[in-house]
Amino acid sequence: MTLLVVEGLSKRFGAMVAVDRVGFTLAAGEMLALIGPNGAGKTTCFNLLNGQLRPDAGRVTLEGVSLVGLTPRRIWRLGVGRTFQVPAAFASMTACENLQVVLLSHHRRAFRVWRSTRSWYAADALALLERVGVAHVADQRCGTLAYGDLKRVELALALAGRPRLLLMDEPTAGMAPADRQALIALTRALVRERGLAAVFIEHDMDVVFGHADRIIVLDHGRILADGSPAAVRDDAQVRAVYLGTSPGGRGQ
Amino acid sequence: MSMAHLVVQLLSGLAAGSVLFLIASGLSIIFGVTRIVNFAHGSFTMLGAYLTIDLIGRLPDGGFGFWAAVGLAALVAGGLGVLLERLVLRRLYRSPELFPLLATFGVVLIVQDAALALWGPEDLLGPRAPGLTGTVLVLGLRFPVYDLFLIALGPVVLGLLRLVFHGTGWGTRVRAATEDPEMAAALGIDQHRLFTGVLFLGSALAGLGGALQVPREAITLQMDMATVIEAFVVVVIGGMGSLGGAFVAALLIGVLQAFGILAFPRIALVLVFLVMAVVLMLRPNGLFGRAEPAAGSHQALSQGSFAPPGPLARLVGGIALGLLALVPLAANDYSLIVLTEIFILALFAASLHFLLAVGGMVSFGHAAFFGLGAYGAALAVTGLDAAMLPALALAPLAAGLGAALVGALCVRLGGVYLAMLTLAFAQILWSIVFQWSSVTGGDNGLLGIWPEPWASGRAAYYWLTLVLCAGAMLGLRRLVAAPFGYALRASRDSALRAAAVGLPVDRLRWLAFALAGALAGLAGGLQAFAKGSVFPALLAVPTSVDGLVMVLLGGLEALSGPLVGAAVFHGLETEAMRGTGHWRLLLGAVILAMVLVCPSGLSGVVGRVAARLTGSARRP
Ligand SMILES: Nc1ncnc2c1ncn2[C@@H]1O[C@H](COP(=O)(O)OP(=O)(O)O)[C@@H](O)[C@H]1O
Ligand SMILES: [Mg+2]
Repeated sequence: MTLLVVEGLSKRFGAMVAVDRVGFTLAAGEMLALIGPNGAGKTTCFNLLNGQLRPDAGRVTLEGVSLVGLTPRRIWRLGVGRTFQVPAAFASMTACENLQVVLLSHHRRAFRVWRSTRSWYAADALALLERVGVAHVADQRCGTLAYGDLKRVELALALAGRPRLLLMDEPTAGMAPADRQALIALTRALVRERGLAAVFIEHDMDVVFGHADRIIVLDHGRILADGSPAAVRDDAQVRAVYLGTSPGGRGQ
Repeated sequence: MSMAHLVVQLLSGLAAGSVLFLIASGLSIIFGVTRIVNFAHGSFTMLGAYLTIDLIGRLPDGGFGFWAAVGLAALVAGGLGVLLERLVLRRLYRSPELFPLLATFGVVLIVQDAALALWGPEDLLGPRAPGLTGTVLVLGLRFPVYDLFLIALGPVVLGLLRLVFHGTGWGTRVRAATEDPEMAAALGIDQHRLFTGVLFLGSALAGLGGALQVPREAITLQMDMATVIEAFVVVVIGGMGSLGGAFVAALLIGVLQAFGILAFPRIALVLVFLVMAVVLMLRPNGLFGRAEPAAGSHQALSQGSFAPPGPLARLVGGIALGLLALVPLAANDYSLIVLTEIFILALFAASLHFLLAVGGMVSFGHAAFFGLGAYGAALAVTGLDAAMLPALALAPLAAGLGAALVGALCVRLGGVYLAMLTLAFAQILWSIVFQWSSVTGGDNGLLGIWPEPWASGRAAYYWLTLVLCAGAMLGLRRLVAAPFGYALRASRDSALRAAAVGLPVDRLRWLAFALAGALAGLAGGLQAFAKGSVFPALLAVPTSVDGLVMVLLGGLEALSGPLVGAAVFHGLETEAMRGTGHWRLLLGAVILAMVLVCPSGLSGVVGRVAARLTGSARRP
């Protein structure tokens, strides 16, 4: 079933067109990799989808509901979770508290003023940390976490709002290759188990071609190719512009 | 009023606007490169003016003496700017926004005391500019030639600055550093030399502006704050970093003031701030400003997690509270008065600490709400014949409503905008209270605000204050540990992420701002009944700064900081007042020392020492 429909999405900064008439659809259960050189407009696409930026033109609908012009807060409530390229967990709180805050927000309890936060959703928070494999850092402040752990906490934060669509901006950047594979495998499992759709921005081509159901290649804000890994791998234009000549090479 | 009068008023406004532009352009250039709002900028203007008068007296009479004095004053101001950069600002470029604001305010205090010592408390009148003393007829009315000269000077300086920034390598580097500081640093631009140069140019412009005021108006010791606030308003309206914007805005403000004084002589300043408020609401980046790059280079003010107290801390706190409750049984009246004052200050500081450390919002005008509470309670007594308790209940209500109104306008903006807007608002409120003497008593204040009989004994009022202050502070502690406190901290840690997980960042901040205002108002109400009187000084800038100093003295990272800070500050003030006449000098030095040497405050020091002791105790 189609979850997300994007049509003619465009955004310019001054004279530069960062996102140029991007359109695609996404079905529940699908893992879509968004790739392209630095500055191609991938992060800007996410910012447009989650409401951080307002598109100049184009339509975005999530199960028929238009997202254009809504605030990030509304869009999150409608079921879009996001992780950031630069990890942005709440640094002064422990991993567990981070999740509790998000769960409080999800359950509309953020304005409670009396009962201590400790007693809210601690078990749910731990379960989520457990699910992404970082229960052991539950009581560490996020400002002091190792990068890889932080990336997983980020994923848990995005999941805490029970999203239907997951947007992950370079979830594996800065990780060792083996950890990258593990994290994307985990994402894959979550997508299956919860019936989500996920879009992930990724530079590691082994990860991309190993785990994506579909790949969109972005260049200068425009979609260069959209198709199965095999189709994208064989696309002459993509090879010429992006992958060089060796399939599977690094796309930096 | 005739057409001719209007035209002359317009020209006069343009002349004032021209001088304002010189000063504001300096502030804007410095802010652009260093991202620091330099409070001392106004001090350089004031020094420029005093120095000019001083030097004219020492140099030969006539045109040469006058213009040499103006030039020298500007150069000295520039030199002082360089000194400021080398000694103070250089250490603060990456520290939280509050620190450079406070540090440069410390410099303001020191300069004020120095100027007082050098040139005395009286307003000084300088000579008129040789060669430009005449008047011309404008539509039949006399208009000073000197003002025409100033009107012409504005565009000339704008042109020269344009030439410098677009025509020289140095100017290009300054622009690069303004547009993208990180990139400029990465490209290997020597930041230190660039910043020193920028401070020289900007401060010299401030000094020049002051020097050129000499033939126009009396020079006073209040010139510094008035100038820097006006210049900031200009920069905000014009758009940070836009010289053309500053030019247009300065003329606008000059003209607005000129006509405002005609129409509403007492609240011309209010008009200016209203214009700024409208501009900021419609165009948050000013008339000609561009969006700020999202990531600021300043650190967050606090990373505090304010964990709820453990059993030991609860026990110690409980015992301390019990002992404090027993004090009236043993102590004399004087100690009770001192302790009562400390409780009130502590509540005021705690409300500000909540705003700063938990909410991440820097307010430079928190005294506005302290004063609103005090005047609210006092007016309830004098105007409505209210009893003490209803009057005390009104205090936080009035202050909370005021804060809700101000907060609605400025929490969205954050950063230095918030700091300067709250300062501006406090100034407005101060000038209203000061001017509206039929209601507020003006400078004479309101007297006879005494507690009801049951609470009028020293001990009874002590207990009342203890109960209310301790209750409010414990409530605040609870709130910080509750979901609301966490959600607020989440917005402080990362507003972007908080919004992306569905937290209503602006609403959280707004409520926190209103609450902090209400608690400050409660402290103000208690203060009114403790002293039996209220005065405009309660909501003046120095009171706001006192609050910041207490918070910083106590330390930002602990909820007990404000209490410690209030006690130490009170002791310091009492001793210094007794010992020397130079309270401002001392306070300025304390501020600088705190910001530069010990930004984590007393609780930070105690924490470090404790950690070292327990750490060494654990080691065998
Ligand atoms: N808020 C913004 N303002 C101006 N330009 C931006 C902004 N965000 C991104 N850009 C520009 O848009 C282009 C695309 O950026 P981005 O989407 O971050 O690329 P990617 O994530 O694919 O590396 C870049 O040239 C970047 O400099
Ligand atoms: Mg990116």
